[in-house]
Amino acid sequence: MSTFGLWHYWVVIVLMMIGLYTVIARDNLVKKVMGLNLFQVSVIMFYVSMGKVEGGTAPIIPEQASGPVVYSNPLPHVLMLTAIVVGIATTAMALSLVVRIRETYGTTEEDEIRKLDRAEHE
Amino acid sequence: MTFPIEAIVFLFLLATALAVTHLRDLFAAAMVFGVFSLLSAGLFTLMDAVDVAFTEAAVGAGISTVLILSTLALTDPREHQQPVRFAPVAVVLLVGAALVYGTLDMPYYGDPTAPIHKHVAPEYIEGAMTDFGIPNIVTNVLASYRGYDTLGETTVVLTATVGVMLLLGGLGGARHRGDAEVVEAAGDEEPTPMDRVQVARVSTTVLAPLIMLFGLYVQFHGDFGPGGGFQAGVIFASALILHGIVFGLSSLKRVVSPRFLEIGLAAGVLIYAGTGVASLFRDGTFLDYAVLDHHSAQHGRHLGILLVEAGVGITVTCAMVLIFFFFAGRRAAKSEEPGDRDRRVA
Repeated sequence: MSTFGLWHYWVVIVLMMIGLYTVIARDNLVKKVMGLNLFQVSVIMFYVSMGKVEGGTAPIIPEQASGPVVYSNPLPHVLMLTAIVVGIATTAMALSLVVRIRETYGTTEEDEIRKLDRAEHE
Repeated sequence: MTFPIEAIVFLFLLATALAVTHLRDLFAAAMVFGVFSLLSAGLFTLMDAVDVAFTEAAVGAGISTVLILSTLALTDPREHQQPVRFAPVAVVLLVGAALVYGTLDMPYYGDPTAPIHKHVAPEYIEGAMTDFGIPNIVTNVLASYRGYDTLGETTVVLTATVGVMLLLGGLGGARHRGDAEVVEAAGDEEPTPMDRVQVARVSTTVLAPLIMLFGLYVQFHGDFGPGGGFQAGVIFASALILHGIVFGLSSLKRVVSPRFLEIGLAAGVLIYAGTGVASLFRDGTFLDYAVLDHHSAQHGRHLGILLVEAGVGITVTCAMVLIFFFFAGRRAAKSEEPGDRDRRVA
């Protein structure tokens, strides 16, 4: 296997890079929020992938087991499960900020918002 | 061996992520984002995280798509053309390279001897049957071993919802009215276009009660199978939101009033924290459920987890439906008062 055993993490890192790029390079605020969500999923997936045990199964104890069962680590699952629900609540918060910005500035593009701000200062 | 399946799903996942970034049509991007969430839920299942997959499928593919779409209805559905910038690409590549370098020291994927599996996890897996008698280890850890964390997370959901209510309810577009009236005004809308689509109407009528029933199953079966308060809350809310989308907000308001939801939102957290306080009064520590039953510590823990999960379920349901109410209700308020853009530019 050598370093190939790390490919899961690398794919997740690429996913994170896509999210990060969307957040810092795009001007559209809704797109930025989507980028943040991509980023969030990548972080969640990183944690969950660390919890995986080779040959393991979901951490639910079967009614009757023949022989010892290997379970994947339940701790990252718990932490990430709550993170997803908190994530949607904070995303809603971010989106409502976007709605309010649109109502005030009439646009959701960051460069136009900056232009309007500058025009007001002069 | 799951390797090829995982690799293929990962490939699709990256493709959808790139599509989300690339698409200028934000409506299309939102739909692709739903597909992305569904794919990631599939991957979580392959990684044995069934509870996480459950949550991601309900939240990502369901509620978050609805929220993004309703935001787009209130803003612009198209993104402006914009050249590729090189400074962000450089930053992103640098960060990526640093992270890949960081992983080189990590134990391989699936390595059972990794440090993460050596700390408290074996204790949790061991204790699930002996201390709790509850087969779903994730539920045990969520509600009991890590009960403080979960209380905090539930409070964050409450806080974020209050934030949405403050942003979209009271001030701004509907400056002259209170929260309740904004949602009130939404009720006077014309029937939604979806209302005239018979397929949507009939299937919603059939599906909504079944989804609710499933939500209750997920809530109460969460001790034995994948599920629990967070998932159940989101599923239950999605049934109500589906009803709201198809039959309009006024119809949804007759099912659950926003006032009722506001009370439920706070009551859920109160039930959770109250369970902790109740264990204090029975000479236990905060959120130590063992003392809740005189005869058996295991029964006490069962009761505690049931109450706590119920609290989580109530708060999450109310939060999601309330957020939907405020996003969807905004349109009615907005159409009456044109944006103050002109004022600002002038």
